[in-house]
Amino acid sequence: MELLLPEFGLVIFQSIAFLLLMFLLAKFAWKPILAAIKEREKSIDEALSKAELAKQEMARLTSQNEELMKSARAERDLILKEAKMLKDSIINEAKTSAQTEGAKLIEKAKIEIENSKKAALAELKHQVSSLSLDIAERVLRNQLQDKATQQDLVANLLKDVELN
Amino acid sequence: MDCSHVFEFKVKRLIVVFTLFLAFFSVTPAAFAQVDTAQVTEGSHAQPAAEKKFDIGKFALHHIADSHSWHVIGHTYIDLPVILYTKAGVVNFSSADFTTLEDGKVVRDDEAKVVVERKGQRFVKMHEKIYYASDVANEHGQFVNLDEKHHATNARPLDLSITKNVVTLFISIIILLVVFLNVAKGYRTNKGKSPKGIQSWMEPIILFVRDDIAIPNLGHKYERFMPYLLTVFFFIWFNNMLGLVPFLPGGANLTGNIAVTMILALATFCLTVFNGNKYYWKHIFMPDVPWWMYIVMVPVELFGIFTKPIALMIRLFANITAGHILVLSLICLVFVFNSLYIAPISIAFAVFIGGIELLVAFIQAFIFTILSALFIGMAIEDHH
Repeated sequence: MELLLPEFGLVIFQSIAFLLLMFLLAKFAWKPILAAIKEREKSIDEALSKAELAKQEMARLTSQNEELMKSARAERDLILKEAKMLKDSIINEAKTSAQTEGAKLIEKAKIEIENSKKAALAELKHQVSSLSLDIAERVLRNQLQDKATQQDLVANLLKDVELN
Repeated sequence: MDCSHVFEFKVKRLIVVFTLFLAFFSVTPAAFAQVDTAQVTEGSHAQPAAEKKFDIGKFALHHIADSHSWHVIGHTYIDLPVILYTKAGVVNFSSADFTTLEDGKVVRDDEAKVVVERKGQRFVKMHEKIYYASDVANEHGQFVNLDEKHHATNARPLDLSITKNVVTLFISIIILLVVFLNVAKGYRTNKGKSPKGIQSWMEPIILFVRDDIAIPNLGHKYERFMPYLLTVFFFIWFNNMLGLVPFLPGGANLTGNIAVTMILALATFCLTVFNGNKYYWKHIFMPDVPWWMYIVMVPVELFGIFTKPIALMIRLFANITAGHILVLSLICLVFVFNSLYIAPISIAFAVFIGGIELLVAFIQAFIFTILSALFIGMAIEDHH
């Protein structure tokens, strides 16, 4: 039973010593320790959340890049396609215009030829008429001596000269 | 009382069960030991020849009790100062004065046979307690009056001596201050960096107290009670371990002393009562039961306010004392069987129990702290 009876002296010493210990530790140990731990936990949390944010930002940027790439590629394809279309159309246009131009030239050439032909014919006719006048003059000069022969000659000449 | 969240984790439950089992198992020898002491002392007076027989109970109880001198080794003792507050004022002298020289050998008296006279008052020491000496010695040469159970009935002065337990108390406080001021210094020098040295040893335990003891039981108001919980946890744990060291500066049974556990429990009691809010007191004086149940409920609840800290006090005291008795008894098997060949067995058992005691040292600190937190938590709980 003696074990269960607290000794007065130890009660006094224990209460004073324990209170003193608690005061000293609270002031010089627990307060700074807990504050430091809390602060460090806070900074770790902050760092982690920052890392998470950076990761999200990174992912966002990557996806944005992807998007950009994709749209750039699409645009490039579009441009290429347009260019191709343009090229084709230009070629076609060139072809058709060349054709029409050629046709026009040919037409022009034909008209020219026709004109030349007509001019040549007119010239020829003129020449023929002057020639025939010449001939007629000569014949007349020759034949006019003999009226009958003159007349025959004219008739024969006229028979020979056929207008073609 | 809802204690279910104490046993939240399987591991904790296992630990608690194991400790309770151990406490049961080890308190029994203590009870027997006390019976033994009484019987053997009685026997020794009747037939002096029986004194030669080794008394394991008396030995163990002597070792776990407080003492005015510190046995170092063999015949070497450190005599501690005796400080008494008597009717004639404060008296102090060395406990070495309670010795006599017999045949050139120093005989240390603990049976009230040596009287020390100071300031006209006479003191004797019996079973490490100091009494005012009787005028004449009894038939055994003891200057005390004994009752039928052989306890002294003399008056006692107020004993404020620096006993073995008080010295241990001071030593443990110095150790705690040195350790934790160093830890605190570590936080200053390694500001914002990872802990180093002793700081990294203590930080997980400080965090354990905060995250597994304080926060689950006290909620968001935990910070106010952290200094108390941390101090009480480390005080109990360090002293439990110090008590397991068999040589200087350990060996005293400080946390197995009822005075020490009483003050610790009283601290928890005071914190509970002074921090109790209106819900807590309403729960005690006006519980949510029909009015005619108040006759039963109010006394039970009032009784509960006191039984909780008393249970804290007894639990720590009984566990640590029982552990000490168990280790001592196992070592004493050598003397009981009076054979050196029993030594390997007794040492093997003592080492095994010592290992368990190391665990118990932590668990008891943990249980005391978590129950303190729980009781305070119940008193400061906001809603009901």
